[in-house]
Amino acid sequence: MIALRDVFKRLGDRQILAGLSLNVPKGTNFVLMGPSGTGKSVTLKHVIGILKPDSGSVRVDGQEVPTMDHDQLMALRRRMGYLFQNGALINWLSVEDNVALPLKEHGRLPKGELQDRVMEVLRLVGMDHAAKQFPPSISGGMKLRAGLARALVTKPECVLYDEPNAGLDPIISQQIHELIKEVRDTLGVTGLIVTHSRACATICGDHIGILEHGKLAVEGTVDEMVHSEHPLAKAFLGGGAD
Amino acid sequence: MNVLAIVGSNLVTRVNDAGYVMDLLLRTAMAVRYVPRRLRFTLDMAFNAGVRALPVTMVVAAFAGAILAMQTGIELRRFGDTTVLGTITALSMCREMGPFITGVILAATVGSSMAAEIGTMKVSDEVAVLEVMSVDPVNYLVLPRVIALAIMCPTLTVLSNLIGIYGGSVIAENNLAVSNELFWNSAREALTSSGTLLPKEVYVGLLKALLFGIAIAIVSCAAGLRASGGALGVGLAVQTAVRNSVILIIVLGFIVTWFFYFLAG
Repeated sequence: MIALRDVFKRLGDRQILAGLSLNVPKGTNFVLMGPSGTGKSVTLKHVIGILKPDSGSVRVDGQEVPTMDHDQLMALRRRMGYLFQNGALINWLSVEDNVALPLKEHGRLPKGELQDRVMEVLRLVGMDHAAKQFPPSISGGMKLRAGLARALVTKPECVLYDEPNAGLDPIISQQIHELIKEVRDTLGVTGLIVTHSRACATICGDHIGILEHGKLAVEGTVDEMVHSEHPLAKAFLGGGAD
Repeated sequence: MNVLAIVGSNLVTRVNDAGYVMDLLLRTAMAVRYVPRRLRFTLDMAFNAGVRALPVTMVVAAFAGAILAMQTGIELRRFGDTTVLGTITALSMCREMGPFITGVILAATVGSSMAAEIGTMKVSDEVAVLEVMSVDPVNYLVLPRVIALAIMCPTLTVLSNLIGIYGGSVIAENNLAVSNELFWNSAREALTSSGTLLPKEVYVGLLKALLFGIAIAIVSCAAGLRASGGALGVGLAVQTAVRNSVILIIVLGFIVTWFFYFLAG
């Protein structure tokens, strides 16, 4: 579903990506780990077309993202969801209006159906009780869950998760991990997950790749990576990690 | 050499900034067809802008009118002709002072708040969220703010003109021995004497106010959309928005006056 080949990207005077290649098959979760500043979030932004590579290929469903025109890019984004680190909810909209925003903007559903769909995803993430609340009055975990509901409301084929458990306590983190797993298992959604968390990687992931110096230093299935002798795999996924 | 490099680099930055603002203006103009879809949000914005700026505008306009009448009246008294005080106050308020005062206050109150709101959204990824949801930030965030100020700046200017002239009339009666009746008759005559529906002074002033409103909103939204680097970046965006808005108000004011009173006669 998502395929990057030899992607290079320089931002300012820093070479962020230096020949990154990865492949995310349909219906699986690929976890991208690595030290801070190695280009994990930059990779997600290439997939959704916010950034263009200096060279290399970024394909989603066989379509080359960097060469898409505006309309093609809009169409692609409608098929994808993106969960930002802090949920990135719009502060002046209630939780339900935040979740309804992509549906309202693209006029996909009649009002009644739209409301039903919004409540359905809010129930899925356990946020239906907070539908009328506004972002400043809810916790970080609730913001993330609302952000996830907004990413899922359009029934995307693929969701990009940018540090879905950053700053959360272990209990809320566990809930978020279970949700991400459930989204893959029940809805068949493909996921590309950026995280530093061992628990997130092992619970949610099918494949794990670790970035270093702008490309994957090591990758494999969860089981292979947990037992890998590679120093980075040990650092991120060994017994003392997380 | 270093000085040249700094000057050159600053020049390139300014040209880039100006280009971004012009691009944003064009993209906003192209999104105008979406105004009906954003009507509720636009009216909310216009209401908030009006409420936020009204009290300050009225106080400043009243004192500006009073100062104008006082300074002009002192000179006119030396020549023994204070009968035209109403005319001068009314024309100055409508042509220049009303739009200028309103523009500067809107830049300081509403423009700064627009830059802060959008800047905060930018640094907390809310603008990026709109992009990944295929929602155009120009259409969703900028358009309603531009239309709101394009409506409110002329509206507040009309009020500002009236309050300014009233401020002048109070000074005229109490300090310059010009009766209220004489002052207002002179002001009314100046503002109704032309053959057109509105005298040139009024429509030129309102045109300025319209341009100021659009300029303040575009410049403030542009500053917000280019914010980066957390709270510091938002602070810089607010500073940029107010500074550039005030500069544009003065430059646009000059250009419009020059065009209508020197170029087009």
